Amino acid sequence: MRVAVDQDKCVAAGQCVAAAPAVFDQRDEDGVVVLVKATPDAAEEDDVRQAASVCPALAIQVQD
Amino acid sequence: MTSSQAQDVTGTVDPPFFPMRREAGCPFDPPPPLREAAGQHPVSRVRIWNGSTPWIITGHAEQRELLSDPRVSVNDRLPGFPHWHAGMEQISARRAESVFNTDPPEHTRFRRMMTAPFTFKRVSAMRSVIKEITDDLIDQMLAGPKPADLVEAIALPLPTRMICTIMGVPYEDHATFQAQAAIGMKKDADASEQFASFRWQHDYLANLVRARAAEPRDDVVSDLAQRVTDGEVAVEEAAAMGVGLFVAGHETSANMIALATLALLEHPDQLAILRESDDPQVAAKAAEELLRYLGIIHMAQRRIAKEDIKIGGQTIKAGEGILIELAAANRDPRVFPEPDVLDLRRPASAHHAFGFGLHQCIGQQLARVELQVVYGTLFRRIPTLSLATTIDKIEFKHDGLAYGVYHLPVTW
Repeated sequence: MRVAVDQDKCVAAGQCVAAAPAVFDQRDEDGVVVLVKATPDAAEEDDVRQAASVCPALAIQVQD
Repeated sequence: MTSSQAQDVTGTVDPPFFPMRREAGCPFDPPPPLREAAGQHPVSRVRIWNGSTPWIITGHAEQRELLSDPRVSVNDRLPGFPHWHAGMEQISARRAESVFNTDPPEHTRFRRMMTAPFTFKRVSAMRSVIKEITDDLIDQMLAGPKPADLVEAIALPLPTRMICTIMGVPYEDHATFQAQAAIGMKKDADASEQFASFRWQHDYLANLVRARAAEPRDDVVSDLAQRVTDGEVAVEEAAAMGVGLFVAGHETSANMIALATLALLEHPDQLAILRESDDPQVAAKAAEELLRYLGIIHMAQRRIAKEDIKIGGQTIKAGEGILIELAAANRDPRVFPEPDVLDLRRPASAHHAFGFGLHQCIGQQLARVELQVVYGTLFRRIPTLSLATTIDKIEFKHDGLAYGVYHLPVTW
């Protein structure tokens, strides 16, 4: 799985960090998403899909 | 009111009036026509206070689509915008620009000035403080007379203390501010009442911004003050952001705490799940389900179409109003099987309790931690907690922008 994030679309809701904290982080200054791991471990893939589905800005793209 | 009326889009049947009354004896459920609409005709029309007939969106998928659509605007100065009431319409032109009434790119600029204190990590770091305050409030309630009002004892003070601390609003001012905010939240507030309350809240925050500009501290208002000093925003804009954060920061969480407590006392099998577990994951899941089930934001989020939009077999014309009824989408059977059942173990995190799209709640991670801590603590600390009255005697906030209970008499 490969993950990409769009920082311009991000609205800093924090849902991705809540769902997959090893894969996503937020910038301290404004909460905008930071991709920690573009190729998540197999065990993290479900959490990443969950993060993408609850992201209110549709700012997370997942490719299997 | 039948579903065929709610379905009307042809003009041959009069669209039903919104907001609708909840069914007697079903205080936790959205009004029946809205629940039916979510699964059956998720894009239909209603009539509102000024006689106009905007669209009402009750389906979960349709809400996701529209709330992500750049042709859908939150600019409440556009003609045809479906305001909550006359008071809101009259003040819309006088409200400073903020996250609440702008689209990108302005919205993005404002939003990013407000998000830093509410990141997942910043809020998680406050969990132990939230737990301490919760335990203190429970201790005080237990030391006091029975019955106690859970709204006054716990539900309101916890989120109020948290938002006061984060923002740097003196706690002793919260009661006056809450009284003013309550006037602004009343759906039948007339324009002069509405404007006086708006003016008071705005002036209070503007004065606080000026005070913090002179003597900065480590809080959100000081941060806004710095942005004013730097010329990034005007004082009026900083005040509008501050008012929004403060009002949204306590009223909604307070309602979620008290209404959820009542719902759980009425569903003892579900309450037992929280009482018998100290697993934070159980409380976290329960919080999502209670957010879904209670759907306290029940007056519909207001939008307007900037262009023609085809959705759900209908065409929303440019200039037509759109009501996004979040509570109904939380009961959409296409997403949540048996939606009217409170089931703390179900996966519920797709709910729209915090909205969806660019305007989704900024403070949602703070709200989550507050709710998780309270739900995970209250019933374990007070296993005998019970209602000190009957549910038919409870007064619900039918007219509030956020639904809840005014008082919740409890004993133990």
